[in-house]
Amino acid sequence: MSELSVNHLLGIKYITERDIQLIFETADHFKEVINRPIKKVPSLRDITIANLFFENSTRTRLSFELAEKRLSADVINFSAASSSVKKGETLIDTVNNILSMKVDMVVMRHPNPGAGVFLSKHIDASIVNAGDGAHEHPTQALLDCYSIREKLGDVAGKNVVIVGDILHSRVALSNIFALQKLGADVKVCGPRTLIPKHIEKLGVSVETNLMKALEWCDVANMLRVQNERMDISYFPTTREYTQQFGLNKAKLESLDKEIVVMHPGPINRGVEITSDVADSGQAIILDQVQNGVAIRMAVLYLLASKIERDEG
Amino acid sequence: MSHKVLLNATEVHIALHRLACQLIENHDTFENTVLIGIQPRGIFLAERLKQLIEQEYKIKNVLLGYLDITFYRDDFRRSDKPLEANTTKIDFIVEDKKVVFIDDVLYTGRSIRSALTAIQSFGRPSEIELLTLIDRRFSRHLPIQPDYRGRQVDAINEEKVKVCWTENDGEDAVYLVKS
Repeated sequence: MSELSVNHLLGIKYITERDIQLIFETADHFKEVINRPIKKVPSLRDITIANLFFENSTRTRLSFELAEKRLSADVINFSAASSSVKKGETLIDTVNNILSMKVDMVVMRHPNPGAGVFLSKHIDASIVNAGDGAHEHPTQALLDCYSIREKLGDVAGKNVVIVGDILHSRVALSNIFALQKLGADVKVCGPRTLIPKHIEKLGVSVETNLMKALEWCDVANMLRVQNERMDISYFPTTREYTQQFGLNKAKLESLDKEIVVMHPGPINRGVEITSDVADSGQAIILDQVQNGVAIRMAVLYLLASKIERDEG
Repeated sequence: MSHKVLLNATEVHIALHRLACQLIENHDTFENTVLIGIQPRGIFLAERLKQLIEQEYKIKNVLLGYLDITFYRDDFRRSDKPLEANTTKIDFIVEDKKVVFIDDVLYTGRSIRSALTAIQSFGRPSEIELLTLIDRRFSRHLPIQPDYRGRQVDAINEEKVKVCWTENDGEDAVYLVKS
């Protein structure tokens, strides 16, 4: 015990299995805290956190902001739409200006892969990646694995299939790394056009038949069809996608076991998942959201404990 | 490193019985009183006292909870070693109850200061008392004193008081450890 091996959370690729377990154990305690009548602890009262969102986000930003407030940190929010980024300021200049106001940690979402890694080489503050392009979204993967652990007892030895747009998905990549580090077997499933070439090199298998994948798995993580990232036609029509890769009650009931259904949100109801599945007892979508706050509290708490205290 | 025995097993048992009796004197049937063991080391003492009160003195259903104070401490990012959290388990309401904090050693008083803040997350107790097995005199950083004490000890800062419990350390005893 009991310290993270890193000073930033840039991606699951850069952390160890032990780090993940430590985050889970800490999140267990915070989960108890956020179910109390008074849901706040004073741990981070001398820490200031900047949430820098260079790309739109609702749920991740709210979840981070709530986690920060539950830990009593001071919070400033920034979104690119209303900022000087539009006037041509560089990323380092933007962030350095914010840091000169004495900010200790940065939570950043950025459209370019590697933005967090780049920033960590140039600035002092501790950085949490809240999604960088199609690269990683580490806290989402952590909360997904945490939710599996909570539902099934353990992640090790479980079969998990990630269904949908693997190509554009940072959730998929972070999930693959996290699940594998925790000892799960991972399969990806989707149209060939949306599965990156050579993905087998990551140690995952590819399946293009959803029913076969469902029969194999304990957990199905249904990704959102990201229409905004589809610059070309990756599949003929949404209806055809839904018929082949959408999850509905009939497909679930034809299985001889009960699988766990996950979705990182926001849901396109009726596209990748039907309403009756999304709202059923097999779906843990809202548990994922609740666990997101506890996981983010754990990450922020553990990273903050590594920040050198300013004695001046 | 040298060890000096402050209390042996018999003396620990005598102290436990006396503390249990003192609690009963003040709290009668424990109808409106809850015991709170402070994590991590206070819970052994708290469990023992609950057991004694229930088995030896036939008082039923004494409420006992565990309170972890890690997230409320004032030495976050100040101490050399990282702070490790423990389980908080309070499955009753403390609103308007008499709360007795139970810890093994009272030293600087900072843990109890944190516990006073932490317990507020579970409601507003009508009053709070403090019970410690060992009270280290002359070492307090804050104006906090125990209402019940097993034994008062004079120890200098370089010395450490170690309380051992059979269920955790293999024996009941209290040592003064000099490094």
